[in-house]
Amino acid sequence: MTEHIIRFQVNGTARELTVASHLRLIDVLRDELGLTGTKEGCSVGVCGACSVLVDGQLVSACLLPAAFVDGTNVTTIEGLAPDEEHLTPLQDAFIRHGGFQCGICTPGQIIAATALLEEHPRPTAEQVRRWMTGNLCRCTGYYKIVESILAAAESTATAVRREHVGVR
Amino acid sequence: MRPYALYQPESLAEALDLLDEHGEEDTHVIAGGTSMVLLMNMGLVQPEHVVALRKIPELHGITSADDGGLRIGALATHRQLELSPEVRAYAPALSETFEQVATVRIRNQATLGGNLVHADPAQDPPPMLIALDASVTLQSRRGERSLPAEELFVDYLTTQLQPGELLTAVHLPPLAPGTRATYLKFLPRTHDDYATVSVAAALRLDGDGRCEHARLALGGVAGVPLRARVVEDALVGERLTDARIAEAATLVDGIVDPPDDARGSAAYKRRMARVWTERALRSLRDQSDERQ
Repeated sequence: MTEHIIRFQVNGTARELTVASHLRLIDVLRDELGLTGTKEGCSVGVCGACSVLVDGQLVSACLLPAAFVDGTNVTTIEGLAPDEEHLTPLQDAFIRHGGFQCGICTPGQIIAATALLEEHPRPTAEQVRRWMTGNLCRCTGYYKIVESILAAAESTATAVRREHVGVR
Repeated sequence: MRPYALYQPESLAEALDLLDEHGEEDTHVIAGGTSMVLLMNMGLVQPEHVVALRKIPELHGITSADDGGLRIGALATHRQLELSPEVRAYAPALSETFEQVATVRIRNQATLGGNLVHADPAQDPPPMLIALDASVTLQSRRGERSLPAEELFVDYLTTQLQPGELLTAVHLPPLAPGTRATYLKFLPRTHDDYATVSVAAALRLDGDGRCEHARLALGGVAGVPLRARVVEDALVGERLTDARIAEAATLVDGIVDPPDDARGSAAYKRRMARVWTERALRSLRDQSDERQ
């Protein structure tokens, strides 16, 4: 086993960690940094529950050696909202449109959709469905998820106050 | 996951030295990680040494050659290849092949070199690369060699790669004007799945409407991505009538040996190999006709 120093930004905060070579990004996020919003579902890159952004690119944290994120900028679900009082329009839309049920896939869904809207700010429903193929929901299906993303794409706001959607 | 020693060389020479030094049995190479991390996490491979390629500048890049060909560094990701203007200018069907691989999340991470050396015969890029007469460059401390893409594959998850050797680049020769290519992926389940059967083809017709160049390769129908020379031979010199195409497509039956699995029974895949071969050839014939 070897150990590796990684210096990277996590949700805008500089971090320096020493990690064992065999740890994956998801291990470090959840167990070292306590960022448990990112879930481990299938562990084989299929379900999308561990979706995170590395330098803005959507990747599976379960398939990425932690040593590889040295020098990068990592964004997890915890880093999307600008502050405690606000949500992103996408997070707000998921709440308003009921884009989730049990919630375990939701961080991955919202991270994946964030990457989609970054690349295609006004996607078609077909583009949304195709892009989101990699994020599985086993509760409630995909209609509300697609609806939430399309609604967020309509929004011109950069942030939405939490109380407007009844979240405390 | 079993702990291992990770090396992150910053030059090709350094990587080849590491591979040479650590021998074959317990050393693996990692590029994007989508196959290797999965295999290690499941305990299917348990290397002592892992050489990561990501910091090696020589392995990056997608560049058009002066002669109209294309050089793809082994670390080009599927997503980079999907979006690359160079790849699209070379052959739109090649961009579309990469666009059909897995999900955007996997395409962001998975590299072409990793795809090829993983050698799963149901993967998308290999048949298309074979149909476009691609070759691969293999390098070791002992030197460099080039192989036609189809010769890289030996069997399921097995390649010609020798201990100490790295696949460093893929080369595509210039496409003769008028050559049309297509990749058809038969996916009865979801978009992100491996193909049940896939067909890549490249065709060129002469001024009289006779076929002067044909390449056909199939995915998911054998232990390797399979070049269908019998079909190519049955097309060259011929007028591509529906009957001629249908007859040529039946010849895949003699060369495929698909596995029974969750994506279909062997008998079904055998049938689909013929059906999708016929569809690919007809679509290329029709595109060429429209052009004339």
